[in-house]
Amino acid sequence: MSPLFSESVEPAAAEQPLYGPRSYQVMSGNDLGSQLLEISMGPQHPSTHGVFRMDVVLDGEEVVKLKPVFGYLHRNHEQIAEKASYLGSMPYTDRLDYFCSMTNNWAYAHAVEKLAGIEVPERAQYIRILMAELTRLVNHTCLIGFMVNDLGALGTPLIYAFREREKILDIFEAIAGSRMMCNYMRFGGVRVDLTPAMLKSITEVVDRYPYFLDEFETLLTANEILMTRCQGVGVLSKELAINSGITGPMLRASGVDYDIRKVDKYGIYDRFDFRVPLGDHGDVYDRYMVRVLEMRESVKILKQALKQFPQGGDFINPNVKLRNFRPKAGEAYGRIESPKGELGFYLVSTGGTMPYRYHVRAPSFINLTILEDMCIGQKVADVIVILGAVDIVLGEVDR
Amino acid sequence: MNTAIITQNVPKVVWEELSQSFVVPTSDLIEVVHLLKDHAEFEMDYVSNVAGVDWLARKEKVKNADGTETEVEKPGYLEVVYHFYSMKRKHGPVALRCRTNRENPIVPSITPVFRGAEFQEREIYDLYGIQFSGHPDLRRILMWDEFKDFPMRKDYKEPDDYEWEPTPHDEVLEKAQTHYAKPNP
Repeated sequence: MSPLFSESVEPAAAEQPLYGPRSYQVMSGNDLGSQLLEISMGPQHPSTHGVFRMDVVLDGEEVVKLKPVFGYLHRNHEQIAEKASYLGSMPYTDRLDYFCSMTNNWAYAHAVEKLAGIEVPERAQYIRILMAELTRLVNHTCLIGFMVNDLGALGTPLIYAFREREKILDIFEAIAGSRMMCNYMRFGGVRVDLTPAMLKSITEVVDRYPYFLDEFETLLTANEILMTRCQGVGVLSKELAINSGITGPMLRASGVDYDIRKVDKYGIYDRFDFRVPLGDHGDVYDRYMVRVLEMRESVKILKQALKQFPQGGDFINPNVKLRNFRPKAGEAYGRIESPKGELGFYLVSTGGTMPYRYHVRAPSFINLTILEDMCIGQKVADVIVILGAVDIVLGEVDR
Repeated sequence: MNTAIITQNVPKVVWEELSQSFVVPTSDLIEVVHLLKDHAEFEMDYVSNVAGVDWLARKEKVKNADGTETEVEKPGYLEVVYHFYSMKRKHGPVALRCRTNRENPIVPSITPVFRGAEFQEREIYDLYGIQFSGHPDLRRILMWDEFKDFPMRKDYKEPDDYEWEPTPHDEVLEKAQTHYAKPNP
């Protein structure tokens, strides 16, 4: 290269690290003197899944900058839990991620059991597995319904999803007394036992579910509009996904084999034969497919659990005190694979009836970290789809 | 997983039995985090949980040699607790805790190493007021920007935004009385 040439080249900008937040140079991409447009999407926008706002800077239709803004639903759940007894915040965990109250309950009970060293009887373990996997079906089915609703498939797939969800919520209502706010798990077991009639109705739903999934997939999987809108959109690389602490179907869609059910084997997940679906490209379509395949695996787990379901036994550990429950001083971090990702509870006890520190590691909160990275360079209409595939519930994001 | 490597490489780190975690001085935090990330024994590539804890100043009774007890004032502190896992090796967790004073709390940010801490550190800054030096975008995340105090601290006093209640009692009544009109002298 001639010296003349090299002089005119500007010094290279300081290289940005691969990991860590990046700063993006914001400039208009054309010579027409057009300006960037900053718009505020939300918090009332119907496709932000609640009170969520995005500050988006647009160049024409392309996103050049995006900052998520939340906290509209913040109620300092953690402080309220620190002022209540251990059991007292169990119903309140339902309200974190109001689609998956059963897994929220389980995550909290799991952390407390770790803190206090409580054994869980076998029958209770099976009931928990049944409830958690049914919750996973509910969450993934509805999420796909919402996502294609955001894509413009108004109505049909969402109503199909809600029809199936309602069947499972009927079971929840029969068992726990409430459709969504179940408040079902207790430390060392569950609140009420399953009757044979309930088991029968679970079996009916589980047996029918693969047929529904076939119907749902016929409608969506090979749909040309879904493919063009979702493939290659919102790509998330494997390295960035791991470094940003992404968990759940989002992570596995990027091709990382990490499922806490397999890694930690909490509960009795080591007794079941199931596979972990992984994506190849890390785009929105992979996230859709991973969820569909995960539902099929959940059905497999449910069938095995119903087959192995023990005849008798305790549904709750009789030695656990309900009142005046005081775990010894110490701390515990318990985590489970909730449908949205790793749901963890960090508890510090000083020996009192109330937790000294109660922290929720919410998956949808942390999965939002890379929203900007996925959206840069995409069209504004795709931002909606990308956000839809992240699967957030604002009760959990804002806490 | 041989966690003794941490104390061997960074001698100032102390293992705490009660909480089953390593207490790391703020000056060594980044070194320990890099060690966890890069050392072949750990290969921790994933920070799962970052949480703040507030410990108030408290009095503790200490037994003297002659059998008498004296009260010792223990200063309060804020701490940040990290839980690391490895997605590659599928093991963990390793818990670290980093302590700082309550008056001017500063902890180095691990966000440049682990992006997963970005929002969690912002949340701790928001609710506990811990400054994370080196964090690229340290703003309030859950409370609104104009908010002044740090609501998760144990000595936080909620503002007196009293709302009328038809039958106040107990502390609500006490609070209500400060809002009643004073009788004429």
